[in-house]
Amino acid sequence: MGLLERFRESKFSKMIHKVFGKNHAKIGIYGPPNVGKTTLANRILRDWTGDIMGSVSEVPHETRRAKWKNNIRIDNGGSSLTMDLVDTPGIATKIDFKEFMNMYGMTKDDSRVRAKEATEGVIEAIRWLDDIDGVVLVMDATQDPFTQVNVTIIGNLEARNLPILIAANKIDAENASPATLKSAFPQHPVIPISALTGYNTENLYTMMVKEFGKKRHKKRR
Amino acid sequence: MVKKDSGITFNLISRQKLEHFSSSDKLKYILSEVKEGRILVLEHGLTPTEQAQLIEHTMKEINHDTFIGIEIGGYENEKVGFFQRVFGVAKKPRMTVIGPAHLLRMVHKDNDMIETTIIPGKGVS
Repeated sequence: MGLLERFRESKFSKMIHKVFGKNHAKIGIYGPPNVGKTTLANRILRDWTGDIMGSVSEVPHETRRAKWKNNIRIDNGGSSLTMDLVDTPGIATKIDFKEFMNMYGMTKDDSRVRAKEATEGVIEAIRWLDDIDGVVLVMDATQDPFTQVNVTIIGNLEARNLPILIAANKIDAENASPATLKSAFPQHPVIPISALTGYNTENLYTMMVKEFGKKRHKKRR
Repeated sequence: MVKKDSGITFNLISRQKLEHFSSSDKLKYILSEVKEGRILVLEHGLTPTEQAQLIEHTMKEINHDTFIGIEIGGYENEKVGFFQRVFGVAKKPRMTVIGPAHLLRMVHKDNDMIETTIIPGKGVS
């Protein structure tokens, strides 16, 4: 074991972390439906544990129950972050079962069941906000970022003094515009990524260790 | 959702009326009005916590044949200066438009403008 490794494992290092920051955090992946939250969760898990979080689909509300994995360790140079990662259902203000039928060819019964489960998923995602230490807010870099869902999530996290990283996802798409997201939310770090191809995820990991490792005083609602 | 011939109702709600409500009564009022097919323009919008609660209540109220949810758009909270923060002045929510999702569609929103469209021929009898 090298000197650096021995230092990281030492009691002294742990004491420094205890005083100046945290190295274990519960991180939620949030965002509207179909922005690539589960694709990103799968990417993180595959990169650091070899596991996956859940299935992905082009049909919105594929993730209808929160899923989580504990003790995922991200290393970044001399720093690290151990986190419990929560993949939350997409938050929406409306759910119309007819969209599943008309746009994705699902049967009426399946569409109704999916819509019902999706409403429960939204409630679950909102309730998880009380129990997390930081959020990776996933936005689709090909879409208008000024949605009320994004604004509501950011407002709630700011009110709780929780750190937010905005992952501007889908930059592999031709019409992606991460610069629009950066100008829309200048108060938070925006990291352009492709969860699908893994492009720039190293930068996201660096920022996760930096931002989620900071010691903060979480405010309760 | 039944077609309605009598037009669409917009209610412009004053800040004073909203301040009169407790947080939970405000949300109940908004949701009951929106379920009735009315579009509300709130002079003084909702706090982020209230917005999250409104989404939560909306999800509980969704009925696939009569109410598919809400459309909502508001400006970001007013910025509060350093001295106001020192004296505990909270960020104030700004104007917000809320309506039933089968009737109102958000077209575009940025820092200076909220563009919506009314879906024609819809309403609740």
